[in-house]
Amino acid sequence: MTATDPTIASAKSERGWYKRNEIAVTPWLFLAPAILFFAFYVIWPIYQSIAISFYDWDGLGEAQYVGMANYVELMDDSAFEVSLWNNFKWLLFYLLAIPGGLFIALFLNQTVTGIRIYKSLFFFPFVLSQVVVGLVFSWFYLPNEGLLNGVLGLVGLGPVNVLGDPTMATYGIIAAGLWPQTAYCMILYLTGLNAVDPEQIEAGRLDNAKGWKMLWYIIIPQLKPATFIAFVVTIIGALRSFDLISIMTNGGPFGQTRVLSFYMFEKALSEYGFRMGYGAAIAVVLFLIMLVFIAYFLWSMWSEEKGR
Amino acid sequence: MFPTPIEKTPRSWQLTYQSLLPIALIMWLLPLIAVAVFSIKPAVDFTQGNYWGMPSSFELFNNYGQVFFNSDMPRYMLNSVFITVPTVIGAVGLSCLAGFALGIYRFKANIWIFFMFVAGNFVPFQILMVPVRDLTLDMGLYNTKTGLVLFHVAFQTGFCTLFMRNFIRALPIELVEAARVEGIAEWKIFWYVVIPLMKPAIAALSVLIFTFIWNDYFWAVVLTQGPESQPVTAGITSFNAQFRAAYHLMSAGSIVAALPPVLMFFLMQKHFIAGLTLGAVK
Repeated sequence: MTATDPTIASAKSERGWYKRNEIAVTPWLFLAPAILFFAFYVIWPIYQSIAISFYDWDGLGEAQYVGMANYVELMDDSAFEVSLWNNFKWLLFYLLAIPGGLFIALFLNQTVTGIRIYKSLFFFPFVLSQVVVGLVFSWFYLPNEGLLNGVLGLVGLGPVNVLGDPTMATYGIIAAGLWPQTAYCMILYLTGLNAVDPEQIEAGRLDNAKGWKMLWYIIIPQLKPATFIAFVVTIIGALRSFDLISIMTNGGPFGQTRVLSFYMFEKALSEYGFRMGYGAAIAVVLFLIMLVFIAYFLWSMWSEEKGR
Repeated sequence: MFPTPIEKTPRSWQLTYQSLLPIALIMWLLPLIAVAVFSIKPAVDFTQGNYWGMPSSFELFNNYGQVFFNSDMPRYMLNSVFITVPTVIGAVGLSCLAGFALGIYRFKANIWIFFMFVAGNFVPFQILMVPVRDLTLDMGLYNTKTGLVLFHVAFQTGFCTLFMRNFIRALPIELVEAARVEGIAEWKIFWYVVIPLMKPAIAALSVLIFTFIWNDYFWAVVLTQGPESQPVTAGITSFNAQFRAAYHLMSAGSIVAALPPVLMFFLMQKHFIAGLTLGAVK
């Protein structure tokens, strides 16, 4: 990279407004397209959704202002209650991906021959689309044709119809979701383990720290950045669960596997109706739940930035 | 290294570990292996209840031939390509620009704009659904690939800008300062100094976004319908409706639908993992 003479010459002769303000103006020129796109398709729609949630609207005709009526109706909606509860189940059980991923990462953090292939094969469920994961697991769970019941039959258990049982179905879907999510956490921890300070491990060994103690007091604190990212992506993933539910049970049996994201879609945009305002109100509730986490993530990032 | 390297452990554990590895892998991939086996079975195996045994005949070419020549699958795949590739180019391009601005320049609004992108990237899709669908309808882009691409570019810009900005922050700023002292125009600094250094980030982000967009289902269902413009994730449900209960064909179809991102991953593994784990280490 060399500065050619013509560049310098033109920079000196051109003392226009842009040249004088170049450092101040350039970032805005570079940001403009991204901000415009983002504002148009993401920021503005958030505001619009909140506005729509105060209206009764079928998506075609005239929208009618109803104030808080949609939210009041939500309070008495048992389907909404089920969805909300399921969202909490998702949040709670989805977090199992983090210890699960750490466990597999510890198992695979060796240097035997072929380990790289093992690592990528363990990781690769994450690359599959949730639609395919959903299909794979719904066939895995099939009462007759499914491999799960085949295996259970071998040890004298079953058969169970995981997705047909209202009490079990949500857990069955979460288990399917945990499969790629654990793989994701695993790869985060494998990278984290690579960067663990060997001197500290040696020092720990000299102090007779072994096994669990070593893991808890020396390794896990050093994995904090990986844990933070694993936490962020798992929470987001849990609250975004839509594809799996839509593919595996379509909300059933008896609507027992709905979550807010799915219920919202069902209310606003499916054969069950076009209640845009009511759907928007559900989305706002989901958004508020997410907002708690978003605020926490941003706060952590902000303290990090300041610490630099 | 933790846990203790296997070379330094007793011989018996070494042998156990070596044999445990393949067993664990098979158990981990069991649901997928079942689908792969399903996809090479003949239809007759399912009617006779031979679900998990050896296929009675080897029907790989027949089943996959059906998928490729007797269904809308190729069409859906092509749609996915025409949705995914422009999105990758658009989102990575926009975020190179935005990431440069946020990574290099110090100005008051910098952190707030950055946080806007980060926060926007985390919002639930459902809060955008009704307005975005409306917007797309109003622009006459409902059920077109363009409509889907425009939205994806906008939404992915959030994540991409986060990624690019953090990557650029880690670059040596002295390079830029040296170039400025030389009197080089800012856009030339971007193009000739920063972009060449960003190549690994561009590669990593491209594979990641390719996979994310290829695998998107929600927006495909909200913004498109029918084989003219639906990507393969949404198409697979109509495919499955066409071959209801024909598990051998549905399995083959799903494997075909999943293949491009899987290939992408195995070919570009280094970049893919570098992208996913950026920030996992300080």
